[in-house]
Amino acid sequence: MTDRGSVDERPKPPEQPASTPPEAVVDRPLGDDPAAPSSGMEPPPVIGSAQAQGISTLDDTPPVLGAGSATAGAGRVRIGDRIFNLMTAGSGVFVIVLVALVGVFLVIQAVPAIKNDTGNFFGHQWAIGNGTADFGISGLLWATVIASVIAMVLAVPISIGIALFMTQYAPKRLVAPVGYVIDLLAAIPSIIYGIWGVTILSKYLEPVQRVLYHLGGFAIFKDQGFLTGSIFDGGIVLAIMILPIVTAIARDVYARTPRQNVEAAWALGATRWEMIRLAVLPYGRAGVVSGSMLGLGRALGETIAITLILAVPSQQSGFTFSIFNGGATFASQIANASGEFQNNPGPYIAAGLVLFVLTFVVNAIARVIVNRRKDFA
Amino acid sequence: MTAVSAPSTLTASRGRGMRKFKNNLAAVLVTLAFLIALVPLVWLLYTVIGKGIRGLTRNGFLTQDLGVRTFQDAGGGVVHGIIGTLEQVAVTTVIAVPIALLVAVYLVEYGHGWLARATTFMVDVLTGIPSIVAALFIYAIFFVHFGAQFAGIWVSLALLMLMIPVVVRTTEEMLKLVPNELREASYALGVPKWKTVLRIVLPTAFTGIVTGVVLGIARVAGETAPLLILDKYTTHTNWNPFTGYQAALPLVIKDQVSNLGSSFSFTGGTATNFAPERMWGAALTLIILVMLLNLIARLIGRFNKIAD
Repeated sequence: MTDRGSVDERPKPPEQPASTPPEAVVDRPLGDDPAAPSSGMEPPPVIGSAQAQGISTLDDTPPVLGAGSATAGAGRVRIGDRIFNLMTAGSGVFVIVLVALVGVFLVIQAVPAIKNDTGNFFGHQWAIGNGTADFGISGLLWATVIASVIAMVLAVPISIGIALFMTQYAPKRLVAPVGYVIDLLAAIPSIIYGIWGVTILSKYLEPVQRVLYHLGGFAIFKDQGFLTGSIFDGGIVLAIMILPIVTAIARDVYARTPRQNVEAAWALGATRWEMIRLAVLPYGRAGVVSGSMLGLGRALGETIAITLILAVPSQQSGFTFSIFNGGATFASQIANASGEFQNNPGPYIAAGLVLFVLTFVVNAIARVIVNRRKDFA
Repeated sequence: MTAVSAPSTLTASRGRGMRKFKNNLAAVLVTLAFLIALVPLVWLLYTVIGKGIRGLTRNGFLTQDLGVRTFQDAGGGVVHGIIGTLEQVAVTTVIAVPIALLVAVYLVEYGHGWLARATTFMVDVLTGIPSIVAALFIYAIFFVHFGAQFAGIWVSLALLMLMIPVVVRTTEEMLKLVPNELREASYALGVPKWKTVLRIVLPTAFTGIVTGVVLGIARVAGETAPLLILDKYTTHTNWNPFTGYQAALPLVIKDQVSNLGSSFSFTGGTATNFAPERMWGAALTLIILVMLLNLIARLIGRFNKIAD
């Protein structure tokens, strides 16, 4: 129907109908409109051909509509379209293959290393020699998870508070600046959190840690002689780092609370807080959970800040549950070894694989919750 | 419409006593949450600016590298790190942006069915990949299998994986904002789909896409983990990202940390340890770089009002 030659001569005609449609619409009898699409079988509607210019302005408007559907229904795929479609789809495939390759290559490198592990893979020892490897992941897993949990416990309530402040309390003209300030937190590179945490913040956390020692009784609060560089310090810095992520998503879902729900609560005579509890919080729950999971994913994989902050205890000191112990997360263990990495990368790649699986699962759960929420909305 | 005006009339009849107390308490707590979040931000910026300005303004800090100077020798600068960071990020951007744009176009304009769903899912997975895992992946392929040597280019490849999802997501959002009428008008004129996308859709979303790209650059510019695994620090300027060790600003900072000594304090001009001054100076340089990128993204985003 439309040959490519005519397409290129197209630019002039559109100005014609653009200036005339008002009269065209007025002049036309209404009943004529439905007929137009059915006439899409004939060539006249196509603009840019000689025929199109011959058509009076009166007939011009409806055929434009018809032409669109006719082109779509023509079923003739142009070569340019096919190439472009293949290119874009190819990029999509590239991304899929890329992620698949991440898994494949990590597994390929990790499996032999795990096979050659002379110790228990689920133990907490980590002694990598030049070809010998006695390593287990449970110590790293504990440090990784507990530091992230500390970060979540601190960051999520504050994030919810900020999100409520921005969507329900702050005056309109304050919302944008507040959002900008929170975004600034996300923009600061993690290594700067690291040097700030290790040189400045950890000194001020010492007294807090001393106080928490006296909570006593619990294994996780036991004094291990790490007043600075403890997992607790790391968790606090992680909390600051994931705060903007959780806040952004919580703010998004709270802002989308259906107006009817809010007004229904107001109509019942609710106070602002009661309105939030009745309408805003329940509506945003799934979104906040998934935002928290995304933050958790980020905390689990955070590398350089944790590497700088955590003090590594001596090999012999053994494993404790205390958050006031030094230690290493998956990421910081790998980063700490970057110097002698080439000698025996296998165990570290195995640790990386476990971290990949861990973050993958956490992110997948977050996405599932988000997508299910979308279906409801 | 009547419901909209209801809240203002009802505020008068709000509960008394306990309910009122709870309401006020919530307002205080919520405002407090925001103030708490301000503390680390202000504290951190104050620290970095206060301690970094001295190094940053020192003569030659932005024009010289460290060369053979140790942490006890005065002078020198971080230009080797700036060059490395800019080059590595530039290489990343050149490769990542075309791929990301194509993926976004695919998802918005072409994609349906299982392939589109799989692509969306994998972009999500990429978003969540820790930078150190991306670095390990590049290491596992190129270093273990092909015997690659430490160089800036491998860092770029790892950063690629972190940048693609950021650009895809923002571009996707922008393409969705382009009014369908524009596409239909173009089809109606007999313009092929690929040309519609290239000449109508992408130009309309242009400012939004640029914003996404700049945000992506800001996201990867401060990444450290890939540098540790795939590159090695050097105090000399290396213009070639393809061979030899190449420094980057995060590596400069990391290297100074090991020279800080036992007291992490800022020792001032009389001391023989210049590591703190250089560390905070490099940190301030990096922050300024990233903030500038974010600011540019925001300014471009302003113009984007045309798109929606």
